[in-house]
Amino acid sequence: MLVVAFVSFSLFNFVGDPINNMVGEETSDEERAELRETLGLTDPIYIQFSRFIVNASKGEFGISYQLRRPVSELISERLPATIELVLVSALIALVFGTLLGVYTGINRKSFLSDAILAISLLGVSLPTFVIGILFIYLFAVILGILPSFGRGEVVNIGYWSTGFLTITGLKAIILPSVTLSLFQMTYIIRLVRAEMMEILQTDYIKFARARGISEKSIHYKHALKNGLIPVITIAGINIGTLIAFSIITETVFQWPGMGFLFIQAVQFVDIPIMSAYLVFIAFVFVMINFIVDILYYFIDPRIRVKAETVSG
Amino acid sequence: MTFLKIDNLSVNYEMRRETVYAAKKININVEKGEILGLVGESGSGKSTVGNAIINLIDEPGKVSGGSIILDGTDIYENPENIFKLRGKKIGLIFQDPQTSLNPILTIGEQLIETIQTHLKLNAEESKNKAINLLKEVGIKDAETRFNNYPHQFSGGMRQRVVISLALCCEPELLIADEPTTALDVSIQSQILDLIKRLTKERNLAVILITHDMGVISETTSRVAVMKNGDLVEIGTTKEILTQPKEIYTRALISSVPPTNKKINRFKIIEKENKNEGQTNIKILNRWTKKEIIEQDLVKVKNLSKTFDDNFFTESSKNSVMAVDDVSFAIKEGESFGLVGESGSGKSTIAKMIVNLYSPSAGDIDFDNVCITKIKNNKEMMKFRKQIQMIFQDPYSSLNGRLKVKDIVSEPIKLHNPSISSKDLDNYIYDLLESVELTQKSAERYPHEFSGGQRQRISIARALATQPRLLVCDEPTSALDVSIQAQILNLLKDLQEQLNLTILFISHDLPVVRQMCDRIAVLKNGKLCEISKTELLFEKPSHDYTKELLKLMPKIESIYN
Amino acid sequence: MDNRNLTLLNRIKDSDIYLSFIKSPTAIISTLILIIIFFCSFFVELVTPYNPFDPSSLSLMDAFTPPSWTEEGLAKFILGTDGQGRDMLATILYGSRISLIVGFSAVLFALVLGVGLGLSAGYFGGKYEMFVMRITDVQLTVPSILMALLVDGIARGIISRELHDEMAIYVLIFAIGISEWPQFARVSRAATLVEKNKDYVSASTIIGVSNIIIMFKHILPNIMRPVLVIGTIGLALAIIAEATLSFLGVGVPPTTPSLGTLIRLGNDFLFSGEWWITFFPAIFLVILAFSINLLGDWMRDTLNPKLN
Repeated sequence: MLVVAFVSFSLFNFVGDPINNMVGEETSDEERAELRETLGLTDPIYIQFSRFIVNASKGEFGISYQLRRPVSELISERLPATIELVLVSALIALVFGTLLGVYTGINRKSFLSDAILAISLLGVSLPTFVIGILFIYLFAVILGILPSFGRGEVVNIGYWSTGFLTITGLKAIILPSVTLSLFQMTYIIRLVRAEMMEILQTDYIKFARARGISEKSIHYKHALKNGLIPVITIAGINIGTLIAFSIITETVFQWPGMGFLFIQAVQFVDIPIMSAYLVFIAFVFVMINFIVDILYYFIDPRIRVKAETVSG
Repeated sequence: MTFLKIDNLSVNYEMRRETVYAAKKININVEKGEILGLVGESGSGKSTVGNAIINLIDEPGKVSGGSIILDGTDIYENPENIFKLRGKKIGLIFQDPQTSLNPILTIGEQLIETIQTHLKLNAEESKNKAINLLKEVGIKDAETRFNNYPHQFSGGMRQRVVISLALCCEPELLIADEPTTALDVSIQSQILDLIKRLTKERNLAVILITHDMGVISETTSRVAVMKNGDLVEIGTTKEILTQPKEIYTRALISSVPPTNKKINRFKIIEKENKNEGQTNIKILNRWTKKEIIEQDLVKVKNLSKTFDDNFFTESSKNSVMAVDDVSFAIKEGESFGLVGESGSGKSTIAKMIVNLYSPSAGDIDFDNVCITKIKNNKEMMKFRKQIQMIFQDPYSSLNGRLKVKDIVSEPIKLHNPSISSKDLDNYIYDLLESVELTQKSAERYPHEFSGGQRQRISIARALATQPRLLVCDEPTSALDVSIQAQILNLLKDLQEQLNLTILFISHDLPVVRQMCDRIAVLKNGKLCEISKTELLFEKPSHDYTKELLKLMPKIESIYN
Repeated sequence: MDNRNLTLLNRIKDSDIYLSFIKSPTAIISTLILIIIFFCSFFVELVTPYNPFDPSSLSLMDAFTPPSWTEEGLAKFILGTDGQGRDMLATILYGSRISLIVGFSAVLFALVLGVGLGLSAGYFGGKYEMFVMRITDVQLTVPSILMALLVDGIARGIISRELHDEMAIYVLIFAIGISEWPQFARVSRAATLVEKNKDYVSASTIIGVSNIIIMFKHILPNIMRPVLVIGTIGLALAIIAEATLSFLGVGVPPTTPSLGTLIRLGNDFLFSGEWWITFFPAIFLVILAFSINLLGDWMRDTLNPKLN
């Protein structure tokens, strides 16, 4: 976390001259110096860094060069949109990915499995933005049944603005979330399938078969539970990746989230937004790792009872 | 009526290039209350027969003919039949207890699920039954252990759990596929005793699949010998072991190292390589033969090695003492044996002598120079040349990407960079012929050779530097007995003619008896005793050695 | 010499890989498609008479010509033209050349860096290994596309705008390569750990072979299979990443468009009905990535069933 904070800070400080990026060519030297003073850029590095950390922990990342508004304000405006999009996508990817993965892992030779696999391979080959464009063309331009951009109407609940409570909002989230989840879903299908296939080859499954345990129990009790252990890790990384890929989806669908903000920031070298985004991402990753570790503890007895002695 | 009747059973594997006939028209009958041994070398089809009975043949194998009738039910007549039989009527035990249990379910959960699949018992009754079973197979404190996960049990205990699972629904037929191969001798005898006891108490029919003639001799009442998918012969254990009718059985039995006497050479009846008689050691012409001096070639002094479990914590709590204050000396020209069960530290000592590991404490002297303190690379090379090693696993000890020629030439070129390419070729041919391989082998890759032939390549590579000390770390334990006999003969010949000193490491007491002049016994990293071979076997002084000797399965026990 | 070539040929013919290759129609078809695409992209001058980047050959009169099979289509522009009158087919092939160059270079960069670090980390172990693996772990959690965006963002900050367009392609290769190397490092380290514990490595050490030679002569050839599988899949990922970055407008500049740039430029015309300008580059990209993935998938199944 601190490493990321430092990197973001370095970004803030050393990459180019923020003043040059902020002001036009015609700005006089005095004006520049004045701006430098107000932004605190004349202080020694370590003071700047500690100020950066203090501010970051308060959620303040300075003022956007491009939009001339506080970054914290911009982020809190955009955050709900991204989180709703990512959560819906993660849900789609995990649920369908696991179900299809288990199906293809168990029924290895059925036609449907082959079809799912071929489609999933196509899914890995389809860049997210291409899927987005195809969806827009199909559902918005040709069929005209779903909106191609924006969030629809949103309802404000305190600081949070949600699109879940209006019909237009729900309609608007369908295309972006499906687009975003497809790539991850295909990935999870393949992972779960490989995992299931490997576990079904193990001795303990063979031994369970030899004891006459029903196929249903072998698949869903013995194999799936073991197979889910790596899926949890992947699901964690998956959410992180979804946040990153939301940059693309948000651009294609002009979804007013953080990714959209970030990509504009990259194009205009708007360092405060970039570093704030980085810190946000790092925070999310740390949280996810924490949650994954806790889940591991509950699902894998080998970690849970590590402390107890091996006897016999 | 026969309890289990295997009638003309054939099993085929349709491979990409050919069809492998894993079992060819096998006829075997088994009665209740008897243990039938199914013995054979790797690839003989013995496990295939076991799997066929319970209809669990791995893909792409298929039963292509014959029938298996268990207590009047034809297993293959109706595919549904087997589901009523598995667990209920037939129990199966696998070789490796480490992988036979589901790691994320408690043993109680696994027992109860199996019990409730076949018997109409409620939760309480199943639990009582499971706990009684655990007690029956000798698990102490069964009520608490019931809620443990498999990784909380040691190897031997896990195999007991596996047996309780196989027996929990009171099957009448038990198939045990190499049930003790992954276990140490002391545990092996406990598990075999358990199987014998249960057979008697429950009037089971047992098929014991194994490659170990000692186990067969001590456990079974009848024996079936298989080779390449054929049933060679079947009869009472005594008949087969004492008066085998078939040549193959005779060859098999003669290559089993006797436990009660030392023989000079193994009698080889069927040979993997064609040329007969004593080896023509061509390499002798090139060998700068060192006369054997009366001296200790290797002196190991107070050697210790600790492995840290965890990289971060260097506390003694987490570290494992693999070798603990061991001292011994190997005389030049002798065969010195190092014996112990898994975890005894015997391989660790070998790796320290060849300088793969550095000791945590103590010294190793070679030819009166302390080699553990050498830092200089050039200095080290002198000793690398003199100490070579042969490994256990013939499949991992050769780099599959290199031709045999390149494997054998690497040490020659390294220690003699100026050798001409013609001389090099001849050198390689001499080496290969010395280990009874043809010159043509040089152009081939390791995967084209069998395990025994690979071990020969390994030996050729080790001889290429003309070493004085040859460290053999379980050189034959991955090989079938008939191949083992040939490799042991080869090592004996080489030692005799090249004046080699051999450090021979093994868990297999009969083999060590045949190979070594003196033997050191290790347990948990500590040295128990060092003694002349015959003295050790006749009058062991340490309790542990006595126990090992008592427990080791003896093929000769059939005479008693 | 002849004899040796013959045995090599026989060895190939006899190998399991060859056997499963000729038995797998998907592997053959995807290889054929890839060969055609590679050929057409790298020898595009021979394939098409148009040079979309020669302004003198362009005529705005030809702009927005639909594909040849539609009513308004012209036979000389098979896939139609874009807003500047450039032939779509030629533009796509030139674009694919850029995409392929970036993809290959990025994967090569990632492979050399990743395998170098992974191999040495696995072989030497200790603190060095922990350090390398910690970096890869951290970087693996950062999604590649974000990593590439950041690198590109930083590069934009450091390099002046005029220079950036020139440097864009190198920045892109670096950005994608940097985001992909941890995969190679992880796989090659895992494979090295397996190989290192095999006895042939110990045997070489005992003989006195030096560490460097053991690493490169003995271990490297034995870990190449999984690395090649990752490399193939990585190539598809790199091409997609390049397209994505270019689509987002942070990749190669429009003056030397790659497939991604073409899709982005065409995307503006989607709503006005000129679908082919974005559709054909997109389809081309998908076919390219799909073929590589098919091949990679087949390789994974054939070469090494156990990969994570």
